[in-house]
Amino acid sequence: MSNHNSQQATTTTAIKLVAVVVGMFGFGFALVPLYDLICDVTGLNGKTGEQYTQASEQVVDEARVVKIQFLANNNAGMSWEFRPVVRTMEVRPGELNETNFFVSNPSKNAITAQAVPSVTPFRAAQYLHKTECFCFERQELQAGESMDMPLRFIIDASLPIEVTTLTLSYTIFDITDQLAAN
Amino acid sequence: MSAVIEQHHDDHHHGPAKGLMRWVFTTNHKDIGTLYLWFSFAMFLLGGSFALVIRAELFQPGLQIVQPEFFNQMTTMHGLIMVFGAVMPAFVGLANWLVPMMIGAPDMALPRMNNYSFWILPFAFTMLASTLFMEGGAPNFGWTFYAPLSTEFGPPSTTFFIFAVHLMGISSIMGSINVVVTILNLRAPGMTLMKMPLFVWTWLITAYLLIAVMPVLAGVVTMMLMDIHFGTAFFNAGGGGDPVLFQHVFWFFGHPEVYIMILPAFGVVSAIIPTFARKRLFGYASMVYATASIAFLSFIVWAHHMFTVGMPLAGELYFMYATMLIAVPTGVKVFNWVATMWQGSMTFETPMLFAIAFVVLFTIGGLSGLMLAIAPADFQYHDTYFVVAHFHYVLVPGSVFSIMAAVYYWIPKWTGNMYDEKLGKVHFWLSFVGINVLFFPQHFIGLAGMPRRVPDYALQFADYNMISTAGAFLFGFSQLLFMFIVVKCVFGGKKATAQVWEGAHGLEWTIPSPAPYHTFTTPPKVDMSEAHG
Repeated sequence: MSNHNSQQATTTTAIKLVAVVVGMFGFGFALVPLYDLICDVTGLNGKTGEQYTQASEQVVDEARVVKIQFLANNNAGMSWEFRPVVRTMEVRPGELNETNFFVSNPSKNAITAQAVPSVTPFRAAQYLHKTECFCFERQELQAGESMDMPLRFIIDASLPIEVTTLTLSYTIFDITDQLAAN
Repeated sequence: MSAVIEQHHDDHHHGPAKGLMRWVFTTNHKDIGTLYLWFSFAMFLLGGSFALVIRAELFQPGLQIVQPEFFNQMTTMHGLIMVFGAVMPAFVGLANWLVPMMIGAPDMALPRMNNYSFWILPFAFTMLASTLFMEGGAPNFGWTFYAPLSTEFGPPSTTFFIFAVHLMGISSIMGSINVVVTILNLRAPGMTLMKMPLFVWTWLITAYLLIAVMPVLAGVVTMMLMDIHFGTAFFNAGGGGDPVLFQHVFWFFGHPEVYIMILPAFGVVSAIIPTFARKRLFGYASMVYATASIAFLSFIVWAHHMFTVGMPLAGELYFMYATMLIAVPTGVKVFNWVATMWQGSMTFETPMLFAIAFVVLFTIGGLSGLMLAIAPADFQYHDTYFVVAHFHYVLVPGSVFSIMAAVYYWIPKWTGNMYDEKLGKVHFWLSFVGINVLFFPQHFIGLAGMPRRVPDYALQFADYNMISTAGAFLFGFSQLLFMFIVVKCVFGGKKATAQVWEGAHGLEWTIPSPAPYHTFTTPPKVDMSEAHG
């Protein structure tokens, strides 16, 4: 084994390994969009999709009633009052429904908030279509201000028959500082 | 590379440079191996002293010695220092000493990088340990540093923790590249892959695992850094991120990481048992394939650490069965070790005692791992002391015992002196009794529902915690005896022969004891019958 050859082989192997290192560092970051994609496609993690645009009018399943429960939670340190105006609704799959969530800002500062939804059971998440949701954009309230935030949704008519109750939960986050930091 | 060039300069051949600078500038694999091993032992004592603070606090229910804030810093620092500072560098140290001697290479392939990869570590761990003296204290969110707990609620020193992890990662990656390059390119003529000693095989596979997952760890801490300082929201749900994402990315690194800490141990035990059973290793090829299978499976089972995050049923089932599959190659290994001992003419010198204890106690840890793999049962065991007992059984009488076995087994080759056999046996029995008294009761309190990472607990757990603490102090202070034995052996003792052990086979036993500063500057001829000891 001549020195020249073994040195060259060493360098070649080392370069290949460095390429693997760089690739795996990138893969770590690629896991982020990959994770979101998998959650979107499968509805895992209770994530509901983006704004729904109806391709065609759904046939309302008059024979079936699905109960939907609304939950509102504040993330740690969030001072707003946040609650659903009605706690449960009984809806028919395929029909367009509307409800409101009430928020008020009791603090002395303007606060920007972001609501994050989650649906249980998880496998029902992809059958809950939202045509309008306050969670699609940030909400801002001045000190002492309050409002009703609208939510319009359709339960897909192809919702599996064994699902009779859905829970749609929102957690509201104070993102004022985060926005300021950006 | 420079080792190869050194052959042309005879003045470099005479031995090490003198004084402290020898250690700072050294590119010699034996010097660097020694540095790694001493560094790792220092970290073992530091991390161990943190463990004793934890156990002292848990001696009785209620808060006696430390406050919960400091207790949390102790659990975090104990875990980080033991994983990244004690166990991993010890195996890298063993690799440095042994891999070139076992494959008949003059040195590691990239000696200068070898020097860098060691000397990064003292800086990384000084930075990590210095967080204890910072305002707000050291990281207090557990060694798993789950975000957003660590990013939003962690102390300001979290940033230093992140940089320390970056440095450790760079060090491990450089070390692993060196190991792979050395093994693939510098084997003596005739040393084919399937003739390599199993320690070399396990390290080759471990190095690949490190190269694959340490960058992912670097990625996840970089995301944390960006969340903390640059306004991104990888793990903050309010900004569109996801806390569960952190766990997926972390455990994608974390599960291969636990095999990084055990595969070289398999290699050590596979070297020691044949020597003292005076038989060839049973099932060499199956050992190699089992190691490779374990390494492959380690990439596809990560979510068994997070059964309770709310995975769909299909996910729970997949990760449950995939995890249980790991028991198959592991079982092959345990079977082979036992079969190697079967009808051997066994003697029980200290390295063999540690190796046998490894086989027995690691198997106990493996079995409690199988229990944890049962997804429906895991909801009961999750985050209890049962988990603590499980991973300490595989890490302490697993990895740490194998490191001690390796030190006793090869130290005559390193120093040229035999260690004190009587004291070695005393050290073994104190450690063996201590470790079981320490961790076995934790199975029971875990099953009874005691959560991990708590400074205080309900009264019904008091008795077992007291026993556990007694074992911890016995085990901890026994390690001072280990240090004494090693130091005594460095400075004197019965002269060792080249072969050292009657039943030892392999290239490292063909060179004199102590191993000369430069070995195999001309590659040895590997005898076909000499294969893997």
